[in-house]
Amino acid sequence: MSAPKELSPPGESSLPTRDRTLTTVLTIAGAVLLLSLAAPQWAKFLLTIALAKGLVVIGLLPQMRTGLVSFGQALYYCLGAYAAGLAGKWFAVSDLILMIFIGGSLSAVLALVVGVLLSRYRGIFYGLLSLALSMILYGLLVKTEALGSTDGFNVAPFTLFGYRPEQDSVRNVMLIVVTTIATVSALVIHRHLKTPIGRMTTAIRDNEIRLEYMGASARRVIYVNYVIGAVLAGIGGAIVAAAVGHIDPEMAYWTMSGEFVFMAILAGTASVLAPFLGATIFSAIHSFAFDVSPNTWQMILGASLLLVIVFLPEGLWSLFRRAERS
Amino acid sequence: MALIVSAEGLNKKFGAVTAAQDITVGIERDSVVGLIGTNGAGKTTFINMVTGYLKPDTGRILFDGEDITQLSPREVTKRGISRSFQIAQLYNSLTVIENITIALSVVLDNADQSGFFSFADPIVPGFEQKPHEVANMLLERFQLQAYRDRKAQILPGGVRKLLDIALTLVAKPKVLFLDEPTSGISAQEKFGMMDMVMGNIRSQGGTVLFVEHDMDVIKRFSNRVLAFYDGRIIADGPPQTTLSDPDVLKYVVGGHRAKG
Amino acid sequence: MDQLIAVFIDGVIYSSWLFTSAIGLTLIYGVMKILNITHGSFYALGAYTAASVTGALLAYGMEPLLSYLVLLGSATAVALIVAPVLERGLLRFMYTKDEVVIMLITYACFLMLEDTIKLIWGVDPYFVAEPYGLLDSFEIGSLTYPNYNILLIGIAAMSGLGLVYVLNKTRVGRLLLAVIHDPEISRAMGINVDRFYLVTFSFGAFLASMAGAFTAPTLSVVPAMGVDIIVLSFAVVVIGGLGSLQGAAVGAVIVGLVRSISIHFAPELELFVIYFVMALVLAVRPRGLFSIAEARKI
Repeated sequence: MSAPKELSPPGESSLPTRDRTLTTVLTIAGAVLLLSLAAPQWAKFLLTIALAKGLVVIGLLPQMRTGLVSFGQALYYCLGAYAAGLAGKWFAVSDLILMIFIGGSLSAVLALVVGVLLSRYRGIFYGLLSLALSMILYGLLVKTEALGSTDGFNVAPFTLFGYRPEQDSVRNVMLIVVTTIATVSALVIHRHLKTPIGRMTTAIRDNEIRLEYMGASARRVIYVNYVIGAVLAGIGGAIVAAAVGHIDPEMAYWTMSGEFVFMAILAGTASVLAPFLGATIFSAIHSFAFDVSPNTWQMILGASLLLVIVFLPEGLWSLFRRAERS
Repeated sequence: MALIVSAEGLNKKFGAVTAAQDITVGIERDSVVGLIGTNGAGKTTFINMVTGYLKPDTGRILFDGEDITQLSPREVTKRGISRSFQIAQLYNSLTVIENITIALSVVLDNADQSGFFSFADPIVPGFEQKPHEVANMLLERFQLQAYRDRKAQILPGGVRKLLDIALTLVAKPKVLFLDEPTSGISAQEKFGMMDMVMGNIRSQGGTVLFVEHDMDVIKRFSNRVLAFYDGRIIADGPPQTTLSDPDVLKYVVGGHRAKG
Repeated sequence: MDQLIAVFIDGVIYSSWLFTSAIGLTLIYGVMKILNITHGSFYALGAYTAASVTGALLAYGMEPLLSYLVLLGSATAVALIVAPVLERGLLRFMYTKDEVVIMLITYACFLMLEDTIKLIWGVDPYFVAEPYGLLDSFEIGSLTYPNYNILLIGIAAMSGLGLVYVLNKTRVGRLLLAVIHDPEISRAMGINVDRFYLVTFSFGAFLASMAGAFTAPTLSVVPAMGVDIIVLSFAVVVIGGLGSLQGAAVGAVIVGLVRSISIHFAPELELFVIYFVMALVLAVRPRGLFSIAEARKI
């Protein structure tokens, strides 16, 4: 067996870790796709939104491994959505991929600027500043008539490479696109976590000063992770805009950021599959609990969050790991 | 003999406490210097200033001719000065091998290797070997193989200190500061530990400064001793002379317990 | 000129309301180092309890002037019932955890309380306007303001001055300052830190629910009340400095005036400016304008 092309010294696992994740991710993606293409429309829609939100959550993963919890991912989520929607409204852009690209790019640009400031903060101040920034966007959007104020506006049906999917296949196309993007992002983040910067990510949480004393810039690592998180959130927002067909300023409200944090904690940060699991479970609970009793779903979520924090600090994913070990 | 580190007129006060008073000293390349003094005498402050953690109120520090006084710890480390800590500073939730991997990651990253888009096998600069080979070498040299997959948090104190020191060597430093490497180690084991540590350092070459309270260790391993008291250097010379210096006996060793 | 007066008075009224709403948050942070998101729940609970109880009693023919006592009583009831249960039953086991984790725990509690409110009171708005209009109004120039606003300003002033007095002039206050400074050493000196935490948390909850209770007559009480007040309180407290009483006052004044100016001259920026100032302060002086000096632990 050839030496693994990364830092893992031999003996860490009998198979090169990267390949195992690659096959696992691809298998799951394939299974999800096949199963869901046969599912009813509402399920396809639910899964699409869940996976799109999962993108935002996987963007949170590196930050949370550093010990930093952003309460402002909604900033980029909303920005990505509005960018995609406005591209359609003002520039007649209807291609889904282009909309996603615009959402992600605009988020990247903002994050590259904002990140310079935010990467200096730690603990609750990181959370508070990120929250303030997303509320700034909310404040702006809510009062801007041209963008529909609190009502937001609708997003026209999308096209894909010039072809407009028929009514029946819209959900299928959307699902295939989002599953592909989710799979790619999972692999990208996985690879990222194996690079030096990715490894330093976990070190920061334990002992930032030691890392500095080794010759590394913790700030740089945090900055990189922040920009990555922003881009993924922007992409997620653009997808949701296209899938739902409507966007409004609530997408930037702090409770939206809270949802993403919630999903991240629920699933844990141990695996790149966890964010999507967390997002799916959350969306499922939201839908079903809401249908059964609209005034108790938040309670159920709150209680689950509490239970996870207290008893399963690594998130629900740690249950899988325990099963694996035994 | 070229001076690799030189401190000129360093002063540092914390309110009413004078941590450093007019510290001026030149360290020769490849020397092994023992830093002695009671607690609070200024040894750690000196190390903190040279490694960039504290900035002196006045004075400057030169490393290989370059003024490094205002540089951050990160910058100082990248130029070739590393340090270990009085209380071992490790990544507690990570295993021993993962701790070493972090140190390797930093070195590789600084050498622009092993990034997201690089698919070539990385080579650790300074060792010209693959990362896992360097890791295994360090584990072996510091007798840490048995602890390889244990979390740093649960390691015994002596092992933590060894790991702390091992981590500093990954960057192949030209100057290494060891802050009380044997503190917390039992008297019988001190010599063995220092033998191992110094042997490993010598095989890499470089200048070493270490803080130590055990005078036997000082005598055995250093070729020069700096004695600190009240923020000043009160004696400077080879161990035999310095350790019998009357001021040193009075303020550091304790006159009535003078050892020959 | 009239407009400037309006800006000023609106600013003062809004600032008092902000101060009363935010002071509980900063107190709890200052003493317990907890960024308490259930602050919003206490606010909402105070508002709902006040609105429903006052409304019911008034319907039964209670003397309208007594409604102010009912408002106060509702707030007290909420604080005395909900806060201790939360603190003793859950939070006190979490004090060893990381700051951010505790904040997330309070977030979880907030979510649960949100639904609790909906389950008890439903989702329809509550409206009890009598206390608001009962006190008549005063005039300045061509502007008319209900006297109720003076009550609000009075409450803000009393809360603030009261806390300052307690902290600086009473024995309890001095012990509390010791606990703020260093809980470990305080415990070692025999101070019952747990009791102080319980009392602080309950009092902070009382302040929040009192703010909610006295706000209830001025608007319609809806489930979203708690959610909005959280971010607003954050803004005030962050600008002033987490844990600082003077800071909360200054933060409230700044946010109040800035918002007032914006409403009159640039309404589209009304919400934006508040969070812009919050972000600005965080960027330039993260500890806030009046950060509590932290003792260097040696």
